[in-house]
Amino acid sequence: MLLRGDSKPMHSQSEIRRLEEKALAIRRGILEIMAGGKRGHLGGSLSIADVVAALYFHQMRLDPESPNWDERDRFILSKGHSVLAQYVALAELEYFSRKELKNVKKLGCILQGHPDKIRTPGIEASTGSLGQGLSIACGIALGAKIAGNKFRVYALVGDGESNEGMIWEAAIFAAHYELDNLTAITDENRLMASRATIVGSLTPKWRTFGWAVTEVNGHNIGEILDALDWATGVTGQPAMIICHTIKGRGISFAENVADFHHCQLTQKQYEIALKELQYAGGGG
Amino acid sequence: MEKLEDMRDAYGETLAQIGEDPKVVVLDADLSHSNKTDIFAKKFPERFFEAGIAEANMIGVAAGLSTMDLIPFAHTFSVFATGRVYDQIRISVCYQNVNVKIVGTSAGLSDFHDGATHQSIDDIALMRALPNMTVVVPCDGIETRRATKAVYRHAGPAYLRINRMPTPLVWKSLEDCRFELGRALSLKEGADIGIVASGHPVALAVKAAEKMAKEGISAEVLDLHTVKPIDRESIMKIAEKTGALVTVEEHNVMGGVGSAVSEVVGETVPVPVEHVGIRDRFGESALDYNELLAAHGITVEAINAAIRRALERKRR
Repeated sequence: MLLRGDSKPMHSQSEIRRLEEKALAIRRGILEIMAGGKRGHLGGSLSIADVVAALYFHQMRLDPESPNWDERDRFILSKGHSVLAQYVALAELEYFSRKELKNVKKLGCILQGHPDKIRTPGIEASTGSLGQGLSIACGIALGAKIAGNKFRVYALVGDGESNEGMIWEAAIFAAHYELDNLTAITDENRLMASRATIVGSLTPKWRTFGWAVTEVNGHNIGEILDALDWATGVTGQPAMIICHTIKGRGISFAENVADFHHCQLTQKQYEIALKELQYAGGGG
Repeated sequence: MEKLEDMRDAYGETLAQIGEDPKVVVLDADLSHSNKTDIFAKKFPERFFEAGIAEANMIGVAAGLSTMDLIPFAHTFSVFATGRVYDQIRISVCYQNVNVKIVGTSAGLSDFHDGATHQSIDDIALMRALPNMTVVVPCDGIETRRATKAVYRHAGPAYLRINRMPTPLVWKSLEDCRFELGRALSLKEGADIGIVASGHPVALAVKAAEKMAKEGISAEVLDLHTVKPIDRESIMKIAEKTGALVTVEEHNVMGGVGSAVSEVVGETVPVPVEHVGIRDRFGESALDYNELLAAHGITVEAINAAIRRALERKRR
């Protein structure tokens, strides 16, 4: 069983280093899934790799041997298309065999193109139709309060996804019901599938909607960990961490290029990427 | 004088009864007075949640609550409970196959004052196209009580369609209405023609059958309260026995009860089927419910005319 880590505001360099390695492993895993020209949502999976590493390998209380443990923390990937990052983390934690990663999207496999709660151990919600995950997270957080459970709910939304009206319906609901057991995270990579986001500045919006908001460099593990601790300490309102990120982070030719939102890599691109992900580090 | 009851009253009282189960939680999108969820809210305020006029989020929250082993009932008018939140029901409820109950009130044309924006003519079609969804359309207050309890006991997504107006009681008592999800109920035996009806027009179907009896035509009447999963066996039986069917619904004839029945007989016992319902057009405002139903072809006379057409086709 992995227990939630140290709640001191500063985290040790060795822990940060360990998580940077995990984030790098997630990025490599994403790339490996896309080997042999398999298409996938590369850009947004790479931009969330650091926060996914921080959540799965440090922050969340989980028991992979008992995926439905009542007191586990919940993670809802509302921007479901970035699920490749989550699959690698889940495989690393042995929710399922690593071999399954080779079968992503194969007919009949447990790893679908978007998160599937029924097929995949460790997936808490079937998402992918954008806008819906945050509301599900609100329902779980409200249910936890009704039932007296102490676990925390984490929801990761996209900045492009934040155009969806339903996100703001959930924002109103969570603030009204003071869901302080909910930490939402925005992957603000500033690119949608086709071009730059049109959602505008997010921090003032969430503040106006009644949320506690902080902003971090979403590729700096230390900042992410501090923000997650801060969010846990917020009372009486839900917390939002805006992560400034780079779409395609870690693969030079994919960084900040919308075309790599969903793509297929040539053999040459694959080899360059693999090389870059051997040497790249975290650390913003 | 026939006895009348507003299905909403029957629903609200029953919801408050099943609320004795602490797992039951209720969400409403600012229509709790009309939906009669007020009764539950007064009795169990800690398990009633005002979702505001934000139906999409209400459905998502319900899906989340269900993962905490709670039984959420989400309420608004049928139009908003289905079409407005179709994708939320499709993915967060049905694809996840979670135990969420969606209750649509003011169904069909029964919100006659408010006009087309508030009248649900396509909700049955939408809900029955969704895998894992159960679709229940009770015909009167008594059946609403039975249906509400059955939907509560059923594990999985369900859509319950409730009418707005005081409507005639088809069933004499709770004992008389031997309700079971997925099993159509026979209201009257007959040999010449089968009438398969859902919802409030079941009462019209019974009257139509009585009228035909005076002309020497014996009609069997089936109350198809569960549109999905559909009772194939009972429909095949009535088709075999009578050789011609009439379907009756307060809904577009496209995709609703008539379509569902035709799908069954088309694959099993192909017999002539005539559809009584709304003929592919939107509703409209009216000052009288029955006047509006008549304008959209949902009357005893329309059912009798359909019976004659079906009998004519059967003879050919």
